[in-house]
Amino acid sequence: MNKLLDVCKILFVSICLISYPITVLSVESNEILSDPELEERARAISKNLRCLVCRNENIDDSNAELAKDLRLLVRERLAIGETNKEITNYVVSRYGEYVLLMPRFNWLNWFLWLCGPIMLILGFIVVIWSFKNKSKTNDFSLSEKERQRIKELLKD
Amino acid sequence: MITELGHFALILAFSLSIVQMIVPMVGVKYRLGNWINLSSALATFQFLFTFISFVTLMNAFITSDFSVKLVFKNSHSLKPMLYKVSGTWGNHEGSMLLWVLILTFFGFLVAVFGTNLRSDFKARVLSVQSAIGVCFFAFILFTSNPFQRYDIVPFNGQDLNPLLQDPGLAFHPPFLYMGYVGLSMSFSFAIAALMEGRVDAIWARWVRPWALMAWTFLTVGIAMGSWWAYYELGWGGWWFWDPVENASFMPWLISGALLHSAIVLEKREILKNWTILLAILAFSFSLIGTFIVRSGIITSVHAFANDPTRGIFILIILFIATGGALILFAVQSHKIKSNNTFSLVSRESALVLNNLLLMVSAFVVFIGTLWPLFADLFFDKKLSVGAPFFDLAFTPFFIIIAIILPVGSSLAWKRGNFNRSMTALWPAMIFGIVIGSAIWVLQTGGRMMAPIGISLATWLICGAVADLWSRAQAKTIKSKIKRILNFHRSDFGKLFAHSGLGITIFGIAAITAWEIEDIRVVKDGENFNVGSYNFLFQGVTTGSEKNYLVTRGDFLVKKNGEEIARMYPEKRFYPVARMWTTEASIDQSITRDLYIVIGEEQDDESWSVRTYIKPFANWIWLGALVMALGGLLSISDRRLRFSAGAPRKKMSSRYE
Repeated sequence: MNKLLDVCKILFVSICLISYPITVLSVESNEILSDPELEERARAISKNLRCLVCRNENIDDSNAELAKDLRLLVRERLAIGETNKEITNYVVSRYGEYVLLMPRFNWLNWFLWLCGPIMLILGFIVVIWSFKNKSKTNDFSLSEKERQRIKELLKD
Repeated sequence: MITELGHFALILAFSLSIVQMIVPMVGVKYRLGNWINLSSALATFQFLFTFISFVTLMNAFITSDFSVKLVFKNSHSLKPMLYKVSGTWGNHEGSMLLWVLILTFFGFLVAVFGTNLRSDFKARVLSVQSAIGVCFFAFILFTSNPFQRYDIVPFNGQDLNPLLQDPGLAFHPPFLYMGYVGLSMSFSFAIAALMEGRVDAIWARWVRPWALMAWTFLTVGIAMGSWWAYYELGWGGWWFWDPVENASFMPWLISGALLHSAIVLEKREILKNWTILLAILAFSFSLIGTFIVRSGIITSVHAFANDPTRGIFILIILFIATGGALILFAVQSHKIKSNNTFSLVSRESALVLNNLLLMVSAFVVFIGTLWPLFADLFFDKKLSVGAPFFDLAFTPFFIIIAIILPVGSSLAWKRGNFNRSMTALWPAMIFGIVIGSAIWVLQTGGRMMAPIGISLATWLICGAVADLWSRAQAKTIKSKIKRILNFHRSDFGKLFAHSGLGITIFGIAAITAWEIEDIRVVKDGENFNVGSYNFLFQGVTTGSEKNYLVTRGDFLVKKNGEEIARMYPEKRFYPVARMWTTEASIDQSITRDLYIVIGEEQDDESWSVRTYIKPFANWIWLGALVMALGGLLSISDRRLRFSAGAPRKKMSSRYE
C-alpha cells in the first residue's frame, strides 16, 4: 500500500516536472571560457551586473534564463576582445543603469559615494567643537565675584 | 472557539495597553500613588493576554486548523511538526504577534524585576513601552489580523514557503525580534529620562543590559540568517547586502555604539545626551528595519510576505516614535548636563571615536539601502545599489575600527598614556604584521584581502588577550593567571566580544580570498580533483519524503588516497508549493568546508555539479557566537545585576 502511494507520488511529481520549469544552476560548465584569464574577467564583470528579473542577485548567482543570456553575452564580447568597460557600457546601453549593482559616480550619485567620508568629517568637527565647548564651560578658575568673596573671607 | 479566545485576548491586551499608556503618566503628573503603582499590574496582564493570544495561534497551526485563513495560507497537514510550530511566526501576521509578545514580555520583566527603580520613573518607562505596544496592537488588529476565519473550511493548506522549512530559519526571526524589541526597552528608558530631565549612572546601568541583550540577540540572529543563506541558497554566499539584511545590520551597528557609550556614561557620567540620542536612534532603526521588511518597498530576496498599505501604517508609527522622541530630545536635552572632562588620549576619546565610526558605517548602509528609493522618487531614475558598492564603501570604516580597537580599549579612563598602552600591545601588533606579510609572500596572486584581513584579525585577537594580560599586575605567571581569573565577567565579555570580531574578520578574509570553485558535468563513476581533494561521483537516487520529493547525488571524497567523507547533495521538489530547492551537501571542518551542489541532468545522463572549497568558512559564524558569548558574559556581570539600584563607587574603580 505504502509502495503504491510512493509510486503515485512519483508519478504526480513527474507530471509536475514536465509542466514546471526546472531550476537551472547559476554559472554552468558549458558557459565557462577555456581561457582562465578571460573567465576571471567575465566573473569580475558579472559581479557588477544585476539579474534584472531577480530580487537582488548578480547574474552569476542567478538561476534565471535572462541571467544566463547576459552571462553568454558578456563572454561573447570578451571573446572578440572588448575591454571590461566596453562590455559594461554595452550592457548598460541595453538595459539601463538599473543593471549595475555598483552605481556610477555622477551628478546624482556623488552623495551616495561620499556620504561616509562626509559624515566622518562632520562627526569629527562636531566632536572637536563640543570638546572645546566643554573645556570652556568646565573652567574651574574663579570668577571675579568669587574672587571678591574670597578676599572678603580672608580679611576676617 | 480557542482561536476566538486568542482573538479576544489580543483585543483585551490592546485595551490594557491603552490604559497603561495613559494612567501611570497621569499618575506621575498629579502625584497619584495608586495610578502610578497600577503600571506593574497592567504590564503583567498585558503580557499574559498577549501570551494567551500567541499560544492559541500556535495551537491553530499545530492542529492544522485550516478554517483560519493564516494557517491555510502558510501551512499544510503533511508538514513536519517543527515547521508547523515555527510556521506560527513564519508569516507576516504571526511574526507581528511575536513582535508584540516580546514587547510585552520585556515590559513584564521591568515590572517584576525593576523593584529598585524609583516608582515614578518605572511608571514612565512602562507607559512609554506601552505606547509602542498600542501602535503595534492596532497595527495587528486593523491591518494584519492573524485570527481571520473562512466560512467554508478548505481541505488542506497551501504550505509554508519551502525555503523557510529549515531549522535555522525556525529560530532566526525570534532571535532577531528579541534584538529589535530589546532596543524598545532602552528607547523607553531614554524617553522616561528625557521627561524627567535627569540622566545618571544608575540610568546607564539599566540601559546597558538592555542594549547588550539586544545586541547579543541581533548578533546570533544575523549569524543564523547568514548561515542559513550559506547552506540553503545553493552557492555558498553568506552575506548579500540585501535590504533586509541591512535592516538588521543597522540596529546591530547602532546598538554596538549604544552599549559602548553607555559604558562611558556609567563610568564617567559623560556623553549623556549622546547616549540618549543613540537609544532613540537604535530603536528607530529597528522600526525602519521592520518597515523595510514588512512593506517590501525595496526589492529584496527576502520578500516573503509584504503589502504596501501595511508599510504606510508602520511608517506612521516610525514618524510618531522617532519624530516625537527627537522633539522631546530637542526640548529637554539642555537640562541634562555632563560635567566631567577627559583628555584627548583616554578611553573616553577612544569610545567616542568608536561611536563615530560605528555610526558612520551604519549611515553608509542606510544611505546605500534607501538610495534606489530616493533616486526613483526624486529623480525618476532606476538604480541598483548592491554588494560591490557596500564592499567598497563600508569596509574601510570597519578596517579603521579594527585598527584602533585594541589601542583604544586598553587606554586608561580620564587620562590615558598611549606609550604605556602600546608597551603591552607591541607584540600583538608585530605578530599581526608578521603573519600578514608571511601570507602575502606565500600566496600566489596579489590579492590584498587575505593579508590585510588576517593581520587585522590577529591584531584584534592577540590585542584583546594582551590587554587582559597586562592589566593583571603581578610578578609571576602563576599569580597573574590567578588575578585574571578574579577579573569581572565583563572583562571577559570584552575579551570575547573583541576577539570574536577578530575571528569573524579572519573567516571573511580567508573565504573571500582563497575560495576554490569548480563547475563541471560528470557521469556516474567519474572522478575529478578540486584543490587537493578527489571527488568520485557515484550516481543519483530518487525518493520521496513526507512533503517533498528528492533527487540525491552520491559523492565519495578522498584526500591523499584516503576516504574522508561521503556527501549527498540534494534537489528537492515541493509539490504543494510547486517549488524546487537545492540542498547543498557540506562537509565541515575547522579549516575548510567542502561544498557540493548538484544541478540538472544533461542529455547524456551526466549531471552538472558545482564544488567549492571554502577555507575557514565556519570562522565567520564561530566569531559571531564568540561575540555573543562576550555579550552574555557582560550581561551576567554581577555589577550590572546587583548595583543597578545604587552606584557603588568601589566596584567600578578597577580601571582607575
